[in-house]
Amino acid sequence: MSRPRLIKENSAPLSLPREQLIRIHDLMVKARVLEERLIQMYKQGHGYFWIGGPGEEAFNVPLGLLMKVGEGPAYDYLHAHYRQSATLLAMGEEPIGALRQMKNTATDPYSGGRNFAGHFSRRSKNIAPITSPIEVQYAIAPGSAMAQKRHGGDGITIVTGGDAGTAEGDFASCLVWSSRPANPLPILIIVTNNKWGISTTADGQHGETNISDRARAFNIPAKTINGNDPVESYQELQAAMDYVRKERKPFFIEARVSRLYGHSSASGANFVNEEQDCLRLFEARLEQEGILDRKQMDEARNRYTEELAAAARTVRDEPQPSGDSIWDHIYAEKK
Amino acid sequence: MANMAQAIRMALHYAEEHLGVTDIFGEDVGAPLGGVFTCTQGLKTAWNSPLDERGIIGAAMGLAMAGNRPVAEIQFCDYIYNTIDLLKLAGNTHWSTNGDWALPMVVRTPVGSGIRGSLYHSHSFDATMTHIPGWKVVMPSTPLDAYGLLISACQDPNPVMFLEPKALLRVKGDERIPGEPEDDRALSKMIDAPLGDRSQWKPQWPALEAFAIPIGKGKLVREGTQATVVSYGRTMPLCIKAASQLAEEGLSVEVIDMRSLWPYDWEMIKASVQKTGRVLFVNEDTEVTNFGEHLVRRTVEELFYSLLAPPRLVAGKFVPGIGLADALEMASVPQQNDITTALRTLCREQP
Ligand SMILES: Cc1ncc(C[n+]2csc(CCOP(=O)(O)OP(=O)(O)O)c2C)c(N)n1
Repeated sequence: MSRPRLIKENSAPLSLPREQLIRIHDLMVKARVLEERLIQMYKQGHGYFWIGGPGEEAFNVPLGLLMKVGEGPAYDYLHAHYRQSATLLAMGEEPIGALRQMKNTATDPYSGGRNFAGHFSRRSKNIAPITSPIEVQYAIAPGSAMAQKRHGGDGITIVTGGDAGTAEGDFASCLVWSSRPANPLPILIIVTNNKWGISTTADGQHGETNISDRARAFNIPAKTINGNDPVESYQELQAAMDYVRKERKPFFIEARVSRLYGHSSASGANFVNEEQDCLRLFEARLEQEGILDRKQMDEARNRYTEELAAAARTVRDEPQPSGDSIWDHIYAEKK
Repeated sequence: MANMAQAIRMALHYAEEHLGVTDIFGEDVGAPLGGVFTCTQGLKTAWNSPLDERGIIGAAMGLAMAGNRPVAEIQFCDYIYNTIDLLKLAGNTHWSTNGDWALPMVVRTPVGSGIRGSLYHSHSFDATMTHIPGWKVVMPSTPLDAYGLLISACQDPNPVMFLEPKALLRVKGDERIPGEPEDDRALSKMIDAPLGDRSQWKPQWPALEAFAIPIGKGKLVREGTQATVVSYGRTMPLCIKAASQLAEEGLSVEVIDMRSLWPYDWEMIKASVQKTGRVLFVNEDTEVTNFGEHLVRRTVEELFYSLLAPPRLVAGKFVPGIGLADALEMASVPQQNDITTALRTLCREQP
C-alpha cells in the first residue's frame, strides 16, 4: 500500500510514449477549459447549478483512454460520479453535450434538460446514468459486473465515487458483493480522494490510514496512487485493468486528487490556490523534458477556449424542452 | 389446484425457460431453502445473495442495465424500506435519461398480515410503492392471477414490483394453471422440495403454457347492482365472501379485483361506480395517505354526479405496527366483519 509521494513522483521522468503524453495533455486541457466554461455559464445565469471535476483530469483522462468503449457486456461499464467530464471526453464525448446539459436544453444528449450538469449517461458507451445520491453506483455496479462475468470476454465494470461517500453502506455493499468467493466479480473499484466531503474534512469523516486499506479485509488487491500525476495514473490503471480483465476479480484503487474549484456552485465555484493543480504540474514536466513548449500548450488552450465559447453561443439559442414533455419516457415501450 | 407459492414458482420456471430470466435471487432464495415461502424452490437460476437489501436492488439494476433480466426478492416488504432511494432511482432512470436506458427488472416481496408476523413481518407496501413513479405495481389474489401477472412482469421492459399477499401464498386456487396436472398431490410431488436432504432433488416441471394477464387490467369477479367493492390482495377473498353473504340478505354487490395498482383499470372501476352509485375501497395498508384515498379522491372528482353515497375506504389502522397477539393483529387490519358491515351500511345509505 503506497502512500502518495507527490514531489518524488512529479520529478520522475515521463515514462510514456511522446504521442501518448501529448494526447493526455490535450484532453486534460480540453476538460479543464470545458469545466471553466461551465462555471462561467453558471455564473452568467446560463444554468442553475454547477458541479464537475477540474483538478481530477490527471486521473480521469487516463481512465477514459484505457476503457474499452462500446455498448453491452463485451465492453466496459462506467458507473461514475459527477466529477468525470474528463473521462467522458477521453471516451469520445463532445464537450458541447455538457454545455447543453448545463443550459438544460431539449438537445441535452444526457437527459433532455432534466438533470444537473455533470450527470452524464450514454447507453451506446455503457455510461450508466450518473445520479445525485452519493454512492448508489457502488450498489449497482456489481450487477453489470455479474452480467459481464457470465457473458465472458474481457469487459469489466468500473465504479468511481468520492472519499466522503465511502461512509455510505453502498460502498460496503460493493466490497461484499465483488469479493464473494462463490462469485468474485470483474470490477475496478475506484475512490477519488480529494480529502473533502462538501465542507467536512477527511478527518471528520473516516479514520483509516488509506481508504484502500478497507479492501484488504475483503482480500481485494488495492493501491493508493497519486491521481494528480497522469503518468502514474495511466500506468497504475492499466495494470489494475489488466488484472481485472484477465483474472475476472476485483481490484481497488484510491486516487489522491485535488478539488480545484471547491465542491460545486453551492460553495462558490472559485479557484482554490492551496490545491495542487495537476495540469500546471504536468505542463512544467512536459516543458522540462522538451515534449511540448509553452507556446504549443498555450495554443491548445486558446483553441479549446474559442471552440467552447462558440459552442456556448450555439447552445444559448437552442430550445428548452416543452412543459408537456414531462409525460415522455415514463415507461419504456416493448420492442 | 396449485397454491400461490407454487404458481409463482411455475411462472418463474416458465420465465427462465421462455422469457430470458437470468437471475432469481435474494436472501435464502437459492438452494437448499428456495425462499422462506418456498416460491423459488428448484429454479435453475435461483441463488442466495448476501443479506443486503440495497445490494439486492442495486444488483438487479446493474444486471438489467447490462441486458439481463433479473427477478430479485426482498424477503419481507418490511425490509425493502432501506432501499427506497434505489427504488426511486430505478423508477426514474428511463425518464431521467430521456428514454436512453430502461431497466427490465422484477422485484418480488411478500406483503401484509396473516401469519402473525408481529411488527416486522406484517406491513403493507402498496401505498409507498404506488408513490414511486416509473414502476408498475401488481398484486394478485389468486394463484392463476399470480402466474399470469408474473409472466407479464417478466416480459415488461420496465421495473415491476410484484407484491405477494403472504396470507394467500398457501391458499389453493379455483382455476388451473395452464399445464398443471389435475391431481394436486401429483403436482406437489413434482415441484415441492422434500423435507430433509434436498441435495439430490430436482423438480419435474409440468409442461407449462404461456398465459399472461396484462398489467393494468382488473377483474370483474362478481356482478352486482347496488354497490361496488374494489380491493386486491389479502382482503380480496374477504370482499367476495362479504358479497355472497349480503346476497343472502338481498343486497347486490359488484366485486372488482384490481390486480394491478399501477397502471390500474380505472375504466372498469368507473363503469361499475356509474352503474351502482356506491363504492367501497378495501385494503390493509395503514389508512393515512393510503392508495385507496387516491381512488376515493378520483371517484369524487370524476364521478361525483353518479354517486348515491360518499365513497368509503376500509383500511388498516394508522398505528405504528401490527402487534403479535391475535387480538392486536385482528384489530389493526380489516377483517371479514369490517367489510361486510361497511358494505351493508353503504348499500342502505340513501341520498
Ligand atoms: C445520499 C446523499 N447524501 C448527501 C448528498 C449531498 N452531497 C452531495 S456531494 C456531497 C459530498 C460528497 O463528497 P465525496 O463523496 O468525497 O465526493 P466529492 O464530491 O468530494 O468528489 C454530499 C454530502 C447527496 N448528494 N447524496
